[in-house]
Amino acid sequence: MVLNGSEILVNVLLEQGVDTVFGYPGGAVLNIYDALYKYSDRITHYMTAHEQGASHAADGYARATGKTGVVIATSGPGATNLVTGIATAYMDSVPMVAITGNVPNNLIGADSFQEVYIAGITLPITKHNFVVRRVEDLADTLRRAFEIAGSGRPGPVLVDIPKDVTAAKTEYEAKPAVKTVRCNGIKGDIKEVAELINRSERPFIYFGGGVRLSEAGEELRQLIETADIPASYTLMAAGVLGYGEENNLGLIGMHGCYSANAAANRADVMLAIGTRFSDRVALNPDKFGHNARIVHIDIDPSEINKNIIADYSIVGDVKEVLTELLKYVKPTKHDAWHEQIKRWKQDDYKPEDSTTELKPHYLVEKACEIAGKDAVYVTDVGQHQMWAAQFLHHTHPRNFLTSGGLGTMGYGYGAAIGAKIARGKDTTVVHFTGDGSFHMNMNEICTAVSYGVHVITVIFNNSVLGMVRQWQGAFYDRRFSSSEPERITNYKAVAEGFGGHGFRCETPDEFEAAMKQAMEMDGPVWIECIVDREEKVLPMIPGGKTVHDTIFN
Amino acid sequence: MKIMKQRCMVVLVDNNAGVLARISSLFVQRGFNIDSLTVSPTENEKLSRLTIMTTGDEKTFQQIIKQTGKLVETRLIFLVEPSFSMVRELMLAKYRTSADEIAELSELIASYGGKIADASDGCIVAQLSDTPQVLDDFLSAARKFKLIELGRTGVIAMERGNVSYEL
Repeated sequence: MVLNGSEILVNVLLEQGVDTVFGYPGGAVLNIYDALYKYSDRITHYMTAHEQGASHAADGYARATGKTGVVIATSGPGATNLVTGIATAYMDSVPMVAITGNVPNNLIGADSFQEVYIAGITLPITKHNFVVRRVEDLADTLRRAFEIAGSGRPGPVLVDIPKDVTAAKTEYEAKPAVKTVRCNGIKGDIKEVAELINRSERPFIYFGGGVRLSEAGEELRQLIETADIPASYTLMAAGVLGYGEENNLGLIGMHGCYSANAAANRADVMLAIGTRFSDRVALNPDKFGHNARIVHIDIDPSEINKNIIADYSIVGDVKEVLTELLKYVKPTKHDAWHEQIKRWKQDDYKPEDSTTELKPHYLVEKACEIAGKDAVYVTDVGQHQMWAAQFLHHTHPRNFLTSGGLGTMGYGYGAAIGAKIARGKDTTVVHFTGDGSFHMNMNEICTAVSYGVHVITVIFNNSVLGMVRQWQGAFYDRRFSSSEPERITNYKAVAEGFGGHGFRCETPDEFEAAMKQAMEMDGPVWIECIVDREEKVLPMIPGGKTVHDTIFN
Repeated sequence: MKIMKQRCMVVLVDNNAGVLARISSLFVQRGFNIDSLTVSPTENEKLSRLTIMTTGDEKTFQQIIKQTGKLVETRLIFLVEPSFSMVRELMLAKYRTSADEIAELSELIASYGGKIADASDGCIVAQLSDTPQVLDDFLSAARKFKLIELGRTGVIAMERGNVSYEL
């Protein structure tokens, strides 16, 4: 069957099972959008306010489902507007295929209108990228893009297509969806590691997003139960273990639980599973887990010995590795170790309640109580993100979406819209944001209005850039440089101006009422919550320091 | 303590447009040193061969190998073991010479296994090919002559004997 490049593109998307794409039209992708129009009964395109929103929507869609997210943008500014979204996906290992149009082949390199070398720009933030110069190469290149994005440690792949290629015709033959391969085999001594676990007195697990990507929550739980190992998670793995589960110590790292950080510090064996010892967890790489023999399990060999030197390493898919490991791990109990951890837990930070003011932990907990454990929670970046990570009762691995590695303010709204579209009307999506983050991409409310996407946005409005200000307070002698913008945005009016709903709350009662009403509404709902600017994310271990330097107030 | 060494590694990559940019971008991004880098065709037209001289500690070398090895277009990467390998670099060095210096410089070039590639306009271009160390030695030995232009290719390397890679 002879098709033009744009029709081939859409057909390959359909081959891969893609029925939803996000993007924004423009000159270089007019042919592609013409094909999307033609195939609109089989593939739905969601147009956002800004390409960045589309890239985050594709990311949110991917994180909420495990499928590869797809985003389309035109050449030049369309392509560069994707950059933050692609980098966000790259840092958090999110499978994504970004398709950009470019100027026609004969205009490439001539500084043509809306021309950028997006393949060059995205070199360090993609798993791989392609420029498709010939229509004959298009179908297989796109298939390869999906294969790369979804295989091994997932990530974004960009395919740049000059406009003439989207119009040129060639023979197209449908093929089955590409098979993604997680990992070929296991490298490392499973038995030796099992022996180490069996001999240990104070074992400790610190796990990350790799467990979620590998869907290895059940295997992890078995290991934890069999060998009686306390475990704590990174931001990327919230929800892999359920809230309140035995041996779930909660969040680790800079704003993690004191008891989790103390356990990491005192452990004699540390199993680091599907994680990468980032500088927000291994704050001081020389001291982190320094009493422990460290076992590093990860799918990506380049993570081994990158940030810290492991005593043992196993490279492989976490699920497979844990399945093997479980064959050799003996049931045991570590009562003395648990007693010690229980004592540390008494020192865990506990926020104070208030009946009159909106406290951050109250907002998170109340929203969670009303929206329920099956809701998807999406955050932006900053204080509210850490409060959400700390106080949500995480229960599902794909129900907490947050920009961990890149820390992208403005991630949340697009991602929440993408997640809601992915999960459908039966899933509530709650977007936690701060007044700082939200001002970056609040314009995406128009997308939610256009498509009737019900996302509840809870805005922690403390009138300042809370996290920046917190650091300035702690380390810059309260010189609040550019962190107190004194904006007077009327969120309710803005939301209504866009065609959405808005609430403003100052007390717990008002918030509870607004949240309950929001659950029953359609389309986007904003709930502005007035929070004291002196509220801090606690506890905190400053960068480069250890659990002994924990700040509690 | 970090013990810094210089090592040579060979990378076989798909012969695609942009592959050199991809690898050099990775080196710059992660702060790996490039002392020299050469790219050339190979016995297989689908592959290009990069030879990279880099300075770092053992941990850095391991990271270079893993990160470069992770690129989709990398087929093979290995460290070249100096004792089993030939490492060669080509050099052109132009000297401005007076008539009475020519004989001595010519002799020196010959003693390093080089040849005179050009002699014109009162200048001699020495062409030498050897290990980087030998080329450095030659330059030291020829320091008394007036060097006006120098170009070196960076190294290529190959293991001795009946050894070859399999992809």
